[in-house]
Amino acid sequence: MLDSFMSYLGSSVTPGEANNQLWALIYVLIIFAGVSVAVMAMNWLERKALAHFQVRLGPMRVGPHGLLQPIADAVKLLIKEDIIPAESDKFVFWIAPIIGLLAAFTVYTVVPFGPSQAVSDMNIGILFMLGVSSLAVLGVVMAGWASNSHYPLIGALRSSAQMVSYEVAMGLAVVSAILMTSLHGAGLYGVSKLSDGTGTLSMIGIVQAQQEQQVWFLFKFFPLGLIAFVIFAIAMIAETNRAPFDLPEAESELTAGFHTEYSGLRWSLFMLAEYAAMIAVSAIAVTLWLGGWLRPFPTWLSGPAWDFIFALFPGLTFVGLAAIAFLGTVRMPKHSYFRVQTIGLAAFGAVLALIGVLLLGIVIGAKVSDHDILNRTTEGLSNVFWFVFKVAVFMYLYIWYRATWPRYRFDQLMKVGWKVMLPISLGVLIVTAIVGVLL
Amino acid sequence: MTPVATPFFFYLLSGLAIAGGLLVITRRNAVHSALALIVTLLAVAGLYLMLYAPFVAGVQIIVYAGGIMVLFLFVIMLVSLERTIKERQFNRMWPVGLFAACALLALFMSVFAKGRALFPDRVPPPPEASNTQQIGVMLYGNYMFAFEIASLLLLVAILGAVIMAKKRI
Repeated sequence: MLDSFMSYLGSSVTPGEANNQLWALIYVLIIFAGVSVAVMAMNWLERKALAHFQVRLGPMRVGPHGLLQPIADAVKLLIKEDIIPAESDKFVFWIAPIIGLLAAFTVYTVVPFGPSQAVSDMNIGILFMLGVSSLAVLGVVMAGWASNSHYPLIGALRSSAQMVSYEVAMGLAVVSAILMTSLHGAGLYGVSKLSDGTGTLSMIGIVQAQQEQQVWFLFKFFPLGLIAFVIFAIAMIAETNRAPFDLPEAESELTAGFHTEYSGLRWSLFMLAEYAAMIAVSAIAVTLWLGGWLRPFPTWLSGPAWDFIFALFPGLTFVGLAAIAFLGTVRMPKHSYFRVQTIGLAAFGAVLALIGVLLLGIVIGAKVSDHDILNRTTEGLSNVFWFVFKVAVFMYLYIWYRATWPRYRFDQLMKVGWKVMLPISLGVLIVTAIVGVLL
Repeated sequence: MTPVATPFFFYLLSGLAIAGGLLVITRRNAVHSALALIVTLLAVAGLYLMLYAPFVAGVQIIVYAGGIMVLFLFVIMLVSLERTIKERQFNRMWPVGLFAACALLALFMSVFAKGRALFPDRVPPPPEASNTQQIGVMLYGNYMFAFEIASLLLLVAILGAVIMAKKRI
């Protein structure tokens, strides 16, 4: 066991490719824990940000600035009574949230956090991601039907209609990005001098294609890549049932839509699946159009000096977060009631600062000593940081959309999906193919 | 990537597929049948993966398990299930079904028995990395005409569905 643990350390491929089951398991556990923590952080951030958008304070009581609120919520949901309606279909009711959760988490096997920082690199990576995430609708439909109640059934019908319709536009936008991996045409900046080759469906291969062509697909064949990206960015909100397309759970019409009858742990599984799916589709968008783990401006700001400056970003981010936490500590009311909260926030800031200093130390150590392990750690950290950073921007956008736009009506939603998004994405696909062959 | 524990996964997936298929035809509740069918389709997708056909496996999941089965469930959910559960089946089609199943079984058995003569002994699987490319080249090169005919047929089906569903066009 120790041998297989050590033998992978020197390699530069994914554990799946190196056929190392132990490291694959370790990666799976890290990703599972990371996504779960991200979901909790997102929960807190969403409530806080939405509150500030509406000039409220949001959670303030549990922990400093409500930082412990997600933990309190999780404990509450775990110990809540688990109700299964008497007239429901017990087995389907029981298995529906599990199917949703499995579909949401399975796709993370191919999410490329870096050239070797993924569980496995499948040669049908993007197809696998789209396919498995499309299974999530089964959980929704089953939950709505098994509840044996009106609102959940209507919510489930809406949701399945919506997800099936938007999947079409989404798939066509993805195809136009996959097409770009094979078309090495000049693009916007005219830098790529490669001849046209064969494309790829592998998630890592798609990012490497962007690296070779020295352009993110967002900017390739301007504005074709941008239009395809916008189509995908709209369709992915509809896919994950988020505002302004959250009709399946429109609370003013359907109480809570398909999960009206769910409570406690089962309900929290639905929430976990929803947020995990949001992160997963954002990861697809980042991989296909925003260069995955590549740092910004790799050609314009190139050279070892710029590499070093960009490598400092992960540490600086944590130091910046720590600075915000310390600012909050200073601005805490001085009354003795707030002493525990002040100490807690200071401790939180100290932990963040410690992580930041550690990351900065690794990067600077690598620069000074040029040690192999430190260099590799720096590179891995930088890859994972840029990927997660780009995904985090999308997660913030989700909150922003929710605070900004009112909900669509159902017929409007269907009209946009079939009569606007589908023709545009088809057109972009055709024009991309023509332009790619001509340029 | 070299396969791991091949016989185990083959028997597991085949067993799942057969068990799912049996459940499909024995459940009275149509939604349970549909769910069992999804299990069968996913198990078959796993078998495709074991046959070095990742593209077919991915398409199987997207098209059948993700698309068609959702539409199935969509329709079944709107049917009144209580009546179908209470009522006895009134058509007597099972002899025909039994005959068709036996004929298919005989066909499979004969292919299994004569297989060595009919098919080449062992076809080396195409390298995993170029599997999708080869399918693309085949579809858009050698079998272009059949592919286009198939898409035309599907277009006709879509148009027919729209014309039947819409009162005013």
